[in-house]
Amino acid sequence: MDALERVVKPKTKRAKRFLEKREPKLKENTKNAMLIKGGNANSTVTEVLKDIYAVKKPFAILYKKKNITRPFEDQTSLEFFSKKSDCSLFLFGSHNKKRPNNLVLGRMFDYHVLDMIELGVEKFVSLKDVKNSKCPEGTKPMLIFAGDMFDVNEEYRRLKSLLIDFFRGPSVPSIRLAGLECVLHFTAVDGKIYMRSYKVLLKKSGCKIPRIELEEMGPSLDLVMRRTHLASDDLYKLSLKQPKALKPKKKKNISHDVFGTTYGRIHMQKQDLSKLQTRKMKGLKKRPAEKSAEGGGSKPKKSKSA
Amino acid sequence: VEEVLAAAEEQEAEKRRSVTVEKELELEFDLGNLLALDRNPPAAAGLRGAGPRREAVLRALARDNTQLLVAQLWELPAERAGGAGGPLVAQLPEPTFRLPREKPPPRPRPPTRWEQFARLKGIRKRKRTSLVWDEQAKEWRRRWGYRRAGGDPARAWLAEVPEGADPEEDQFARLRREKQERVARNELNRLRNLARAHRAGTAVPAAPLHPTGHQSREELGHVARVARVSTASLGRFQPRLPKESAEPPSRSSGKKRRFEPLLGNLAAERSRQLELLRDMGSKKPVLDITRAVNKQLRQEEAEAAAAKGKKQSRRGKRGRRQQRVGRSSKKSGPRRQQQQRPAASGG
Repeated sequence: MDALERVVKPKTKRAKRFLEKREPKLKENTKNAMLIKGGNANSTVTEVLKDIYAVKKPFAILYKKKNITRPFEDQTSLEFFSKKSDCSLFLFGSHNKKRPNNLVLGRMFDYHVLDMIELGVEKFVSLKDVKNSKCPEGTKPMLIFAGDMFDVNEEYRRLKSLLIDFFRGPSVPSIRLAGLECVLHFTAVDGKIYMRSYKVLLKKSGCKIPRIELEEMGPSLDLVMRRTHLASDDLYKLSLKQPKALKPKKKKNISHDVFGTTYGRIHMQKQDLSKLQTRKMKGLKKRPAEKSAEGGGSKPKKSKSA
Repeated sequence: VEEVLAAAEEQEAEKRRSVTVEKELELEFDLGNLLALDRNPPAAAGLRGAGPRREAVLRALARDNTQLLVAQLWELPAERAGGAGGPLVAQLPEPTFRLPREKPPPRPRPPTRWEQFARLKGIRKRKRTSLVWDEQAKEWRRRWGYRRAGGDPARAWLAEVPEGADPEEDQFARLRREKQERVARNELNRLRNLARAHRAGTAVPAAPLHPTGHQSREELGHVARVARVSTASLGRFQPRLPKESAEPPSRSSGKKRRFEPLLGNLAAERSRQLELLRDMGSKKPVLDITRAVNKQLRQEEAEAAAAKGKKQSRRGKRGRRQQRVGRSSKKSGPRRQQQQRPAASGG
C-alpha cells in the first residue's frame, strides 16, 4: 500500500484514507472534472461552465475565481490544480478577440496533460432558458454520437473519446431501466459539432420495448474545433494499458460449437465398478430358492407388486 | 383461420412499427457505457439551415438513435430488485470502449530485507488474535493499545535489576533508552527499505548521464567511465586524476567477452598453455562437485520454500521434521556419488 510507504507516514486514519483514495489502483475511481475560468472569461463561457457543472455533479469542481493562465502555452498551472484536487478531466473557459467563447477540454494521465482540444462555442442555450423539467442530479446519461466524421478524422476520434470520458459518469454493474432519463446527443456535420441534451419520455407501445419521445432539456452547444494538443501515440497507448489482473477470467472446461451448443467437460475419479448404482431389474433379482441355497437366511419378504 | 392469423400478424407488426427504426448502417453499441455510435452520414441539407428546422432534424435523429439504444438496453437480462414490487433493474455488461486510465497501474513493490529472508527460510506470517486473556483482570483485553493485557507499561513501578548488571544503574532510564533505540532502529530500517524500493523502481538502465544528488557509488563510477570514453579519441587524451589508470577502459572490460590480443605476451601464453595441459592430464576433477552441489541445494531450498509457502497448508513441526529428513537424504546422495566416481575413474 502506498500510503504506508511514504517517508512521513500518515498519523491519522482520516489522512490515511485520503491518501488511499488518491493512489493508483487496479480499479480506478470515477474521474473528476475541474471547471476553470480564464482571466478574461465572459458571461457566455461562465454560463457554459455552470451548466456543465450541473450536468456533471457530483463529479466536478467549479472554481469560482478567474485564473490567468494559457493552457496551450503552459500546462504547469493546470497540472498543479489537478494534483491538488485529484481531478483528471478539465474544462477551461476563456474569451478574447481572436478566439471568442473558447473552451479547452482536456484530460490528464498521472497528473500530466494527455490530450487537450480547443472548442469554440458558436451558439449556446442554457439550462435556464429551456423551461422544461430537468433530470435529477447524478443520473448516468446515455451518449450517442452521430456522423461519420467521428470515425474518419483522427482528431474527431480523440474528441469522441474525450467526450465519452467526460460525460460518462460512474461505471455501474446494473441500472434501473425506468431511470434512463438523460441523453446527450453529439452530431458532427460540416465541421461543426452539435451537442444537445434531451429528457427521455418512455411511452407505452404495444410490445415490451417502450416508444421514445424526447423533450429538449439542458444545455445545447454548437461547437467548432480549433486547436488540438493530442498525446503522442505511445503515450496514449501507455495510458490505455490495463493491468492483467483486470482481464476477465476464462472459464475452463467449457466450449461452444458452431450451432451454439455449450459443451462442458467433467473430470471423474476412478469408479469402483462393483459398487456401481444401476437400475434394478426385477427379473435379475436373486430368487428365494437361490438365496436359501447359498446360505439360509430369514424368510424372504413378499415383494410388493403394483 | 388464415384470416385471423393474418390479422393477428398485422396487429403485431403494427405495434412493432412504432418502436423500429430504419437505418442504413447498423449502430455500434457499448451498453456498459450506455453508448451508441451512429456511422451514417447525417442529412447535411436539413442541418444547414439555421433555426428551428435544424433543431427538428436533430431531434428526429436523436429520437431514432435513442430508440435503438433503448431497444438494446431492454434486451438485457433484467430482474426486479428488492422483491416483486421493486424497480426493474438490468445487468449491464462490461464497457468495451477503451478509455485511458487516470493514473498508471500500481507497480508491485520489491520485498523488504525481512521478506526476502522469510521467503528463503520458509517462514510464514502468523495471524495473532487481537484479544488476549488477562489473568489479573480476568477478562479479554487487547494485545496492545488502550487498556492492554499486561497493564499500562508507563505505570510499571517495578523494574528488576538483571543478574549481571551494575547495581547503581537506573533501570527505568535503561528501559526507556532501549525503547528509543529500538524505535530508531526500526525507523532506520523502514527508510532503508523504502530507499531500496525507490531505487529499484527508478533504476533505468540507460540513465541520462547528468548528476542528481541521489546516485550510488557504483552508478557514479560507471557514469564516469562511460563519460571518459565518449570523446572523439575514445578517452585517450583526457585529463585525469592522479590515481586513475593511464589507459582508458577497453571496450572488452566485462568478464565474459574479453579477448586477448593475438601477438601480445608470449610468456603469459606459454604459461597458460602449460597449465591447460596439466589440468587435462591430472586425475583430480576440475569442477569441485561438493561446492557445486551445495550451491544447487541452496537454490532448490529457496525455490521449494517459495513454492511451499504458496501451496501447502500449515503442518507445523511435523512438516518441518519431514523436510529436514528429506533434505539430509538429498545431501548424502550426491556425496556418496562423489565417492563412487573417483573410485570408478581410478579403477
